Order: sequence, then structure tokens, then C-alpha cells
Amino acid sequence: MEDDLSPGAVSDTVWSARDTTPAAIESALRTLVTDRHRENDAYVAARALNLVCVVDEQFSGEIANRLRRVGRHHASRTVVCSVAPGRTTIDARATVASEADPRPGEFSLMRETVVVSVGERHLPHLARIVDPLVVTDLATVVWSPHGHRRAVDSLVTPAGGARPVAQCILLDSAGEPDQRDALDRVCTLALHAAIVDLGWLRVTPWRERLASHYDPADRRPELATISKVSVRHGADSLVSGLLLIGWLIDRLGWRPAQLTRHGDLLRGHARSRRGEVELRLEPVERMRAPGLSGVEIRSDSGSVLALQRGEGGLTARRSERDGRQRSWTVLGASRGEPGILGEGIRHTLLPDATYAPALAAARRLLA
Amino acid sequence: MSVPAHRAEQDNPLTEALERQPVHATALVIFGATGDLARRKLLPALYNLAHEGALPEHFSLVGNARSELSDEEFRESAAASVREFSRREPDETVLEKLFADARYVSGSFGDDAVFQNLATVLPELDEQAGVALNRCFYLSTAPEFFPVIVRQLGTHDLARREDAEVRVIIEKPFGSRLDEARRLNETVLSVFQERQVFRIDHYLGKETVQNVMALRFANGMFEPLWNRNYIDHVQITVSEDMGIGTRAGYYDNAGALRDLVQNHMLQLLTLLCMEPPVDFSADEVRDEKVKVLRAIHPPARDEVCDMSVRARYTSGNVAGVDVPGYLDEAGVPEDSSTETFAALRLEVDNWRWAGVPMVLRTGKSLARKVTEIAVTLKPVPHIAFTGEGSQGVRPNVLVLTVQPNEGVSLSIGAKIPGTRMAIRQVQMEFLYGSAFLSQSPEAYERLILDAMRGDATLFTRNDEVEAQWHIIDPIIAAWQAMSGPPAEYEAGSQGPAEAQTLLGADREWRMI
Repeated sequence: MEDDLSPGAVSDTVWSARDTTPAAIESALRTLVTDRHRENDAYVAARALNLVCVVDEQFSGEIANRLRRVGRHHASRTVVCSVAPGRTTIDARATVASEADPRPGEFSLMRETVVVSVGERHLPHLARIVDPLVVTDLATVVWSPHGHRRAVDSLVTPAGGARPVAQCILLDSAGEPDQRDALDRVCTLALHAAIVDLGWLRVTPWRERLASHYDPADRRPELATISKVSVRHGADSLVSGLLLIGWLIDRLGWRPAQLTRHGDLLRGHARSRRGEVELRLEPVERMRAPGLSGVEIRSDSGSVLALQRGEGGLTARRSERDGRQRSWTVLGASRGEPGILGEGIRHTLLPDATYAPALAAARRLLA
Repeated sequence: MSVPAHRAEQDNPLTEALERQPVHATALVIFGATGDLARRKLLPALYNLAHEGALPEHFSLVGNARSELSDEEFRESAAASVREFSRREPDETVLEKLFADARYVSGSFGDDAVFQNLATVLPELDEQAGVALNRCFYLSTAPEFFPVIVRQLGTHDLARREDAEVRVIIEKPFGSRLDEARRLNETVLSVFQERQVFRIDHYLGKETVQNVMALRFANGMFEPLWNRNYIDHVQITVSEDMGIGTRAGYYDNAGALRDLVQNHMLQLLTLLCMEPPVDFSADEVRDEKVKVLRAIHPPARDEVCDMSVRARYTSGNVAGVDVPGYLDEAGVPEDSSTETFAALRLEVDNWRWAGVPMVLRTGKSLARKVTEIAVTLKPVPHIAFTGEGSQGVRPNVLVLTVQPNEGVSLSIGAKIPGTRMAIRQVQMEFLYGSAFLSQSPEAYERLILDAMRGDATLFTRNDEVEAQWHIIDPIIAAWQAMSGPPAEYEAGSQGPAEAQTLLGADREWRMI
């Protein structure tokens, strides 16, 4: 794993050791930061968030690339636990990097990265290794893109009722081979920690647009008359589609029934106060990025709102029962997958209270 | 978090927890759309809102200026402004779509045809959108045109509509004297209701200015000290290291007092001194700010000399570069007596602040660019640390820096390592840039969005503006009556020596 995760870092200071201990790593980090500040007091340690990444050693380069491209949303201290199956000792490499030489009168942020090479045998007790390495009093988020459930459990639900090292879990529910299993797992984790789900963040622009469309006072009553919701999603993003529908179910007070599979389609119903709402999820092949491709909402009045992913934003089309139709573009630049990861890191400090109920509703759809 | 079914018909339950709350469909009309402010700030701000998906689902832009441009030429010019001045590299697809349907109405502000055209164009935009668009008129023009445009909007029945909101955003300066501000308010309020009026002071859109309220009202440790019993004095500094550049035409008429003190600096003072509002709604916050302004007694003519200093820069050296004096700047009249430096000592005569000097200073071509509020606490009643090597126990100073390094620092006395009990001042520092992952939006992005939403919290109310002028007006009058030029200070320096008189013998200005 390359240890400098800051894009365009102009200077860094490195320490490394083989067969070392967490205490030695922590001491080295403290010295690196202090020395750097002493060298020039315009170097200031960033103090917003700890990020603990648990990755397979063989894919660590790919993860480093992803982290490097998250834009400005870098964690202050990143602890990368690079897992090699047979390893028995702990090696470490710590880097303190700054993105720019400080100009007179200004400061330059320092970000710290520690790559800790561990073996699978260390994972059940990973909290004991990581705990001394995170900055006390900052929120800590764990991201484990290659699985390693024992490591996540150790950090979030430590044995014996000990206080967890991580308070938040960053994950991506898209791409999981078994969606029901994925949702079950997230529901369980959500009992112990805040969840930031990249699959949920991909749904955010769609939620904003639906909220905005139905916000005018004369249109709000339509929310109570919705009769059908169709969601088209990337082949790997069924969970995002389920979360969007779960969100509508929760926010609008519907009672959902389990969806049934018809070939590639998932179909079902929910009960609203006024009647039945038909639900439909359809996969779309060859999408350029994970997430949703389109959402269509019909109401009893005969109006149809269709949102479609497009260049420069979402393309919206509204049709009325009398055949009138209107199209427009809702502006917004694509964040891209690196941007989504950056948003995920940022959202670890901005908990979204609507996620857990949407997740629970999505889970009921697959019961 | 689930919403009961019966609520779904009343509220919009979909907005819960969204970072970007819905904004009603809006047509924004910018008067002065090819001017400097529009090109550098407003159009880039609109782009950044579009980039982030924060604009309403139906948004239309109409530009107006005297230049003869076609719609297409205006669109190209607007896009070029964004490319040149946006804080981020624009996404060309978003940029193209943002201005694709922008309209341009050429003509001068006194010309009825401009407003007749607007009265035709705006309903067309409603028709295109399929909804009655809220209308926001942004007056980004020279101030003498504000009343002209406002009257024209009234005359042409553009100030109200039944089925949507109409708002007017007015740039600074709001008047150049109290009577002018009053007349302008009268004109504006003869056409619009106060709730429709959004007077911009872009300082209030800065995150760090809003953070003055957060620091005071979200932290229990400051409130017990925030009064005359513990605070010795307050210094507010807005210094710039640049001269007037190419702004002689504007600046020589305005001067430092009107340019920065009357608006930005008095706003900082109100945020620092106001009582906690009941909530952060527009009128609750502004009520409290107005109370502070009303507690500042305007000086009598013969008091002005003792409570104010005016000065202008002479040639000097700023950061290693030789720079001309104010009178040698291009476009400045030889006989100008305009001040480029202003300092005031004010007192807020209320229970909390009576007797605490509030000193304000601003100037151009000073040693450094900085905006800060420094709150100096009273010294401890007895100093036991007088040992050799001790640098003495100095009063604690809490500094709120608005720019360049937004943050809060507190100077405290600490023991110097060693065998002696010697004390030195050290800094506890908090930098906003090191503690948050989110980037602060540009002030204009926040303010334009707030105006489109109808949230006036960060805008100045009519009585607030008049209360500000009420304080500043006698000073302007006294300065105008003075014979002789202002005092002088060398460019690149800390400002005129005369400013020290405002603080008295026991206090000194902080280094810029």
C-alpha cells in the first residue's frame, strides 16, 4: 500500500518499522507531527475525522487510488490495515504529508496515514491494534471494502461491552451478491453504529428532486395519491432502488408487502392511506456507473413524473391525464464514483436520520 | 422517524434530513448583469449552485444592462464569466444548460421599454416552466439606480403577483448618508413590503461571521464572561494590504468609513454584542442586532475628534513592493480629502456592555490583510508570578479571525519549562480549515439561495440600516466640516500613529 493518500502532496515525512507494536507506531506518529510543526508552525494537523480502512494487501493499491481521488474530503488520520493471510507480525509505515508549502500568513494542513500490515489472525482483536492509533476525541469511521467482517465487528462491537473504537461504518450496499444478506448485515450493524452507505448516497439526488417536485403546496396532496412507483437501477444497484422505495414507504407512511420476482423484475405492493401503491424495480444493463437510471411516479390523478439520469443533471418529464406534457433538466454535475466516496467520508460527520427507517422498509420488501 | 399517514397531506415529509432543501421555482432578474459584480460573483455563484444541484427545478435567468446584446451573446458572456471566476472548474454540460434559456433585455434602468419587455418575458418563462415562478430582482448596479429600478418595477406592476412571491435583492451601499438611506427605504417600501426586501451585506454570508453566533451561543464557557465585568475592550480590525487599485471612481466618493465601517464592521459588532435571540429566525436575530445599534449613541459634532481618526496612505512598501500614495493613484483627484483609514471608538450603552470600549479600524495599504475581532479580558486581580525570566501575566485575548485563517485563538499564560515559575503567553488555536471536511460555500451562493427561499436572516432590515447610518452620519458630517487633509500613514505600515489616541495610555492596538 502506498502510504501517501493526499493528492498532490508536496512534502511528507516517513517512519517505518518491522515487527513493531501499536505503542511504537503511535509514538512515532506523535513525533512526526510534532517535528513537522516545530519545523514550521504553519503546518497544522487536520483534526476532523479518523478513517480506518481494512483492505486485502493484494488490492491495497486500488484502494489507495480510490482514496487519492476523493477530492477535498480526506480524513485527518487514515489507518490502513493491510491484511495478508499468513502474516504473524505487525509492520508499519507512517507518513505525515502536506498538500502545499505554507505561504506567509497562511497554514498548511498535515494529514497522517499509517499503513499497518497485519495477518488474518490479528483481525478478531484489531480494535486493540487500532485504538492507540486513532486521534482521541475525533469521530472514527471504518471502511472495509473487501469484507473482513471480524475486523469490523472488533472495531464496532467489541467483546465484553467495551467501548467501540469506531462509531460509524462506511459501506457500499451496491454490488453485494446477495441483497437480502447485505441488508440483513447492514441492519445488524446499524444497531451498533451509524451507517454511511454509498448505495444510499447515490440515491440522494433522486430524493432531493422528488422532494422538490412535490414541495409546492398545491402539489403536496399528490403524495397521498401515489399509485405506482417504478425504479430502474443498475444491475449491481438493486439495493439503491430498494432504499429509494424504502424511503418513500417510510416518509409517506405506507405498509409494504414482500416483493416477488418476475424474471429480472421485482414487483409488489404497498398500502397507503388511500389505496394500493404498485411497486416495481427493473434492472438496466450497461450503466456507466452504479446507482439508479430512472424513477417514475404515477398518481391517482393521472399525473406521471419521470426522472431519468442524463448529461448535466436529471431529465424530468411530467405528464398530465389530459395529455399535457412538459420536460426539463434539473441541473447538477455528476459526482462520479470518487466523488461518491468523498461524499461518504464527509457524511460520516453528518448522520442522516432517514436512512435507518428506509433501510428497515427496504428489508421488509425482501422478507 | 416515520411520519404518521395523516401528516403526509399537510407537510412535505420528503424534505426531512435533506442537506439541500427545496427552493420554489424562480426567475432571477439581474440588473447590471454585465457588470463587475455579476461577472465575478453572481454568475459564478449561480453556476456553483447549479453544479451542486441546489437551484430550483425550474430556474430562469434574465439579464439586463445597457450593452446591446442578443440573448445568445449574453449567454456566451455569462459562461465566459463563470469559466474565468468560478471557484471550481465548470462542468461544460451543466454550464451550457444553465444559461441555455437565459434571456437578455437591454436598455437603461430609466427606460420604460426595459420593464415593458420584462413584463412580457417573465410570463413567457412561467409558461415555459408550467408554473408561476417566484421572481427575484437583483439590483447589482450603481446605487443611484436603486430607486429608479424600484420605482420602475412598481410602475410596471412587477412588484407583486397573486400566485407567487416577488423579492428584491439590493446590493450595498444602501445610501451614502442617513437621509439618503431613509429616502431609499421609503422608495423601496412604497413599492415592496419589507418581507420582500433583501439588503445584501455579503459579510453576513461568510461562514466565519455566522460562526460568531455559534461560538457565543453554542458554548457555555463564554457566556459568563461576555460582559463588562470581565471584558476590558474589543478591537475589530478589517485591514487590507492592497490599495484602491482601479476603484478610484467609487472609492474617492465613499472612503473607508462608508465602504466598510457603516456596514460590515457594525454588523460584526452587533453579532458580538447582541443578546441571545429566542431562535434564529430572521426577525428574532435582527431585533437583537438593532437593539445593539440603538444602544450606541451617535457622537455629537464636538465629540467626533476624540472618538475617531481618519487618515490616508502615502507612498511606501507593501510586502517588498514599492506602492504609490493615495493621491498618486490613478483617478484620484489632487485635492481629495477622502480617508483610506478609519478608526472609531464606540460604546454600547446597555447593561451588558456599558463602559467597554469597542474600537474599530479599517484601512487600505496596511501591513497585512486580516479581518478579526479581538476580545481582551480584564487582567487578573493579583499577579503572583513576578519571578526573573517571567514575561509577565497579560490579559487573555480571544481572537475570532474571519480571514485569512478562519478560526479562534485564545492567549493564555503558561509556565515556561524550567526550574523557575516564569510565565509566558501561549496560544490555544482552533482553525476551521483543520476541523471540517466541508468547504465553505462562497458568501454569494448562500445569500442568493437564501433570498430565493425567502429567508432574510442574513440580510439587513430597514431599521437596521438606518440605525447604522444614525451612528455614522454625524462622523461623516464632522469630517466633512474639518479643514485640512486627513492624517497620513505610510503604505505597508500599521496605520496612523493618531489611532493610538482612541485606546488611551493603558491599551494598544494589536499588530496587524
